[in-house]
Amino acid sequence: MFSIERWQEVFDTISKNKLRTFLTSISVIFGIFILVVLLGVGEGMKNGIEKQFQSDAENKISVYTGVTTVGYKGLNPGRYIQLKNEDFDYTMSANAGNFESASSMYRIWSGLITYGEESGSYRVEGVMSDYQALESASMVSGRFINLTDQKQYEKYVVIGQKVADDLFDEKDPIGEYIKLSKINFKVIGVFSDPGGEREESRVYIPLSTSQKVFGAGNDIRSMAFTIPKRTNFDDALRESEMIVNDLTNQLKTKYKVSPEDTSAISVNSSLESAKQFYDLMDVIKVFFWGVGIATLLAGIVGVSNIMLIIVKERTKEIGIRKALGAKPMSIVAMVLHESIFVTAISGFVGLILALVLLENLGPLIDSEFISNPEVSFNVAITTLIILIIAGALAGFFPAYRGAIIKPIDALRDE
Amino acid sequence: MIEIKDLHKSYKVGKNSLHVLKGINFSVKEGELVSIMGSSGSGKSTLLNILGILDEADQGTYHLDGVPIKNLNEKIAANYRNKFLGFIFQSFNLINYKSAIDNVALPLIYQGMGRKDRMERSMAYLEKVGLADWAKHKPNELSGGQKQRVAIARALASDPKVLLADELTGALDTKTSYEIMDLIQGINDEGKTILVVTHEEDIAHMTKRIVNLKDGIIIDDSMNEQVKAIQNV
Repeated sequence: MFSIERWQEVFDTISKNKLRTFLTSISVIFGIFILVVLLGVGEGMKNGIEKQFQSDAENKISVYTGVTTVGYKGLNPGRYIQLKNEDFDYTMSANAGNFESASSMYRIWSGLITYGEESGSYRVEGVMSDYQALESASMVSGRFINLTDQKQYEKYVVIGQKVADDLFDEKDPIGEYIKLSKINFKVIGVFSDPGGEREESRVYIPLSTSQKVFGAGNDIRSMAFTIPKRTNFDDALRESEMIVNDLTNQLKTKYKVSPEDTSAISVNSSLESAKQFYDLMDVIKVFFWGVGIATLLAGIVGVSNIMLIIVKERTKEIGIRKALGAKPMSIVAMVLHESIFVTAISGFVGLILALVLLENLGPLIDSEFISNPEVSFNVAITTLIILIIAGALAGFFPAYRGAIIKPIDALRDE
Repeated sequence: MIEIKDLHKSYKVGKNSLHVLKGINFSVKEGELVSIMGSSGSGKSTLLNILGILDEADQGTYHLDGVPIKNLNEKIAANYRNKFLGFIFQSFNLINYKSAIDNVALPLIYQGMGRKDRMERSMAYLEKVGLADWAKHKPNELSGGQKQRVAIARALASDPKVLLADELTGALDTKTSYEIMDLIQGINDEGKTILVVTHEEDIAHMTKRIVNLKDGIIIDDSMNEQVKAIQNV
């Protein structure tokens, strides 16, 4: 019976009740529109957060120090823990083979840099050769600081793209000299960083040079390491947690810091924060699906309501059809056909609208937390399947009601 | 053709039970044109509904063309209605948004007949009732008499054994009523069995047999000298 006649009847009833069909469609269109847009935004948030994590190596462990807050073994609180080169060397030998790359860092606070007439204040860091990998920086031109620079206390500097743009404009900075706190440094490289302008407005000099030139002795500000990548996220997480614990214990023992003191020595794993973000992302995703489905459900209930009214309005017609020999199944099919058709078409319209919106607006949205909202093919297909099922559900109960009306009662209906 | 014995039917009205049909014995042979008369509340509509398999009797037997009509599920009932019966209603009961020819074709759809055959056959019946030129018109563009003609064409379309007409002239003026009765007589003359429920004396006298119903029992069942409707037109 799924023939031309059935389609003709569907079109007949729809064209006879344009307003009603239109209003029904609106609720479904809106439901699916909201669902898809929400999913798109959810995807955008995920992209945004992933981008944040790309700014540094994703399996990075960093060690910072601060002031003790708890007295321990006769030592007063308020003591500043100063990391030294020896700490780095000790950590390296104690965890030999665990790290892929490692670097300690010394920060120079007065970061005024001048080149000719141009000058600017930037973050200046003394680093080791591995620091490039730790920051996921890539070279635009020239090279990064290497071991030889480190050993020979070279006055070399690697500058970020932003710094190069600010100071050198169109000129090639490689080989030029810039003044860093009135001391000349030779530019040997320009880097870019996925962390964006913020991380590209830094300059790096060899750690040894920074300690010597700025009178820091053996002091270092922080240490950073990466552990080798694991294919399994949970394995990687477990491994990094273990190393974080080891490092914390080693350093706390050495500097006589209370195990309860969390601010004197902090060891952070980017994997752990990544995990937190991904967990949060999952929650947000579930939330978005929930809100979207609920909106869609409201639309479906609307369709179901309308179909119920349609069946009620057509009770007499159903009676006539039954008197002429319509079987209950053909009544069910008639109503279902209409409801599935209406939901599918309007759902499709909503989907297209949402996709058009995401497609056109998506690339324009590029804040720190939302980047390129989009909907995958799978999601689109899933929502379409949900729609068809929803249409069938919305139609079934009214259809069933129509099917079980006794013809004599239906005929009496006015 | 129709054979009913000791038919009882009662309705529940609130807590009370209303006994509408109190033992009807009645039979109709092929080719008869019978009118069932009675005032309102006599049970004539209930009887027609049972004959039309739209309702079921509480007690008694009903055979239609030799087939027992008892405890049918809705699917089989629909099938029987389609095959055996043609309905003509007082209020025409055409489907408003379908053209005359599509209305006539409706029972044929439920027989599963192909579109081409269906349209040809529907057209032939519309010609028979004199409305071939109105085939594409919707019911609201037709007069009452024309609507009833479409309804008659629809009732005939599936070539049923029996036509059941419920007050078929109730919504029509006298002249149009007689025209319709003329059509009914013509169809009967071709051999179709027809049952007419009416409360109008003149209409009843245009049939060949008058059955009088009162308070749920048949009080009179007699042959009638048929008045040809054409004489009155």
